[in-house]
Amino acid sequence: MAEVELPQMIDLDPATVPLADIDVSQRELWKQNKKWDFFTRLRDEAPIHYCKNSEFGSYWSVTRYADIMEMEQNWKVFSSEPTIVIVDPEEDFELPMFIAMDPPNHGEQRKAVQGVVAPMNLKELEGTIRQRVQNILDSLPLGETFNWVDLVSIELTTQMLATLFDFPFEDRHLLTRWSDVATGGPETGIVESEEQRQQELYECLAYFTRLWEEREGNTSGTDLISMLVRGEATKDMSPQEFLGNLVLLIVGGNDTTRNSISGGVLALNENPGEYAKLRNNPSVIPNMVSEIIRWVTPLAHMRRTALCDTEFQGQQIKQGDKLIMWYVSGNRDERAIERPNEFIIDRKRARQHLSFGFGLHRCMGNRLAEMQLRILWEEIQQRFHMIEIVGDVVRVPSNFVHGFTDMPVKLHGI
Amino acid sequence: MPRIIYIEHSGTQHEIEADVGSTVMHTALDNLVPGIDADCGGECSCATCHVMVKEEWLAKTGSPSETEESMLDLNPERQSNSRLSCQIEVTDELDGLVVQLPEFQF
Repeated sequence: MAEVELPQMIDLDPATVPLADIDVSQRELWKQNKKWDFFTRLRDEAPIHYCKNSEFGSYWSVTRYADIMEMEQNWKVFSSEPTIVIVDPEEDFELPMFIAMDPPNHGEQRKAVQGVVAPMNLKELEGTIRQRVQNILDSLPLGETFNWVDLVSIELTTQMLATLFDFPFEDRHLLTRWSDVATGGPETGIVESEEQRQQELYECLAYFTRLWEEREGNTSGTDLISMLVRGEATKDMSPQEFLGNLVLLIVGGNDTTRNSISGGVLALNENPGEYAKLRNNPSVIPNMVSEIIRWVTPLAHMRRTALCDTEFQGQQIKQGDKLIMWYVSGNRDERAIERPNEFIIDRKRARQHLSFGFGLHRCMGNRLAEMQLRILWEEIQQRFHMIEIVGDVVRVPSNFVHGFTDMPVKLHGI
Repeated sequence: MPRIIYIEHSGTQHEIEADVGSTVMHTALDNLVPGIDADCGGECSCATCHVMVKEEWLAKTGSPSETEESMLDLNPERQSNSRLSCQIEVTDELDGLVVQLPEFQF
């Protein structure tokens, strides 16, 4: 295919660029956090918007809250197969996972593992999580600059994941690595080549296959691997399918909460009045957690693919078209959310946000995510007057994982 | 006005006068009955307004639609009398309806 010279959004004025030229998928917009005004323009003027040329080929953008909700409900037309991200799967390296399946396979595989993160099970985990949060927070240096992402966000979510998989604790850094490798191609700098990426993911598969074999005879394990071993719909998975579902569970439980942990610190720093509210009234924490998850929107989009020609909100969608539901935009839609650009920790109906998705594919780990964040903020408020951001925040150059790699902070004790 | 009785997991009861045409979910939220989240706002798309309908009322509340069924099916703590309360419309016929709330919403 001939190389097409694409206009660079980062150099253009979102208010005046011709609508047809807008491409919100460009990494630079995400790296520099300059996507917001483009999304506002799309929501107002072209809520179902066609981008003809992009690094990822042509795609539709769905940017309003209500339209995203409607698309999520209509799985018979808008399929989650073959993938739920804007980038198409590598032809020789498909990773089947239930998030990217339609009924009935989706439900069968999901049901095999979702008990692990069901609220009943989480009650048992609360003590362990709190203990781990306390240990992490107590090990942090007071008054010194450090990267919050590394020492808290990554460490905490990785420990949590190791707990859920009953993964050897001393090797837990591998989980972080595999999560990064799974979502980041060569262009992100995480790996040098696609070959390296695939090789590392096969190492992940080999490691987990050992754990699988160890647990095959065990009928009582309540960890995720043991549940996959026993699940009717999962016990005979092919190696590639096993890897796909591992990647799903690792990324699902890692990048997302990691970035909500970091993003909450940023939001409170940018909104000192809200930080004061939190100090004066820690009982607002559960509500604040929902607001943080909306505010951060740790996964910026989900993709659907049209199974047939159809009309959607007046636009003619062709079979096979790629549709990107921009959660990050829906969560800022003034038609659905009052004062959406403000971070308000005691916001009414804060739970009504798109970050977990809706419909059949609604996030399975939503209660676990909320619990981790709630416990973290409860314990933070016991220890620190302020987590102060003291340097430049660095963002992930991705239109899918919406988060941070660096957040230099200094802690102030109570 | 029809009365709806919500029983929390702890056993606490709330007897609420409901508006005909509202839903069992909205009636709970409007009257601050705890235990229902309704994250999707009544779209049958999140399953966080899960209730268990007292057996003798099941005939009057009807059975779940295909969409509701598929959402309920994802909840490992689902019971045979589970419903999503956003899908039960309040009618005069439901005067006295008793629903139990689960310990947790999924």
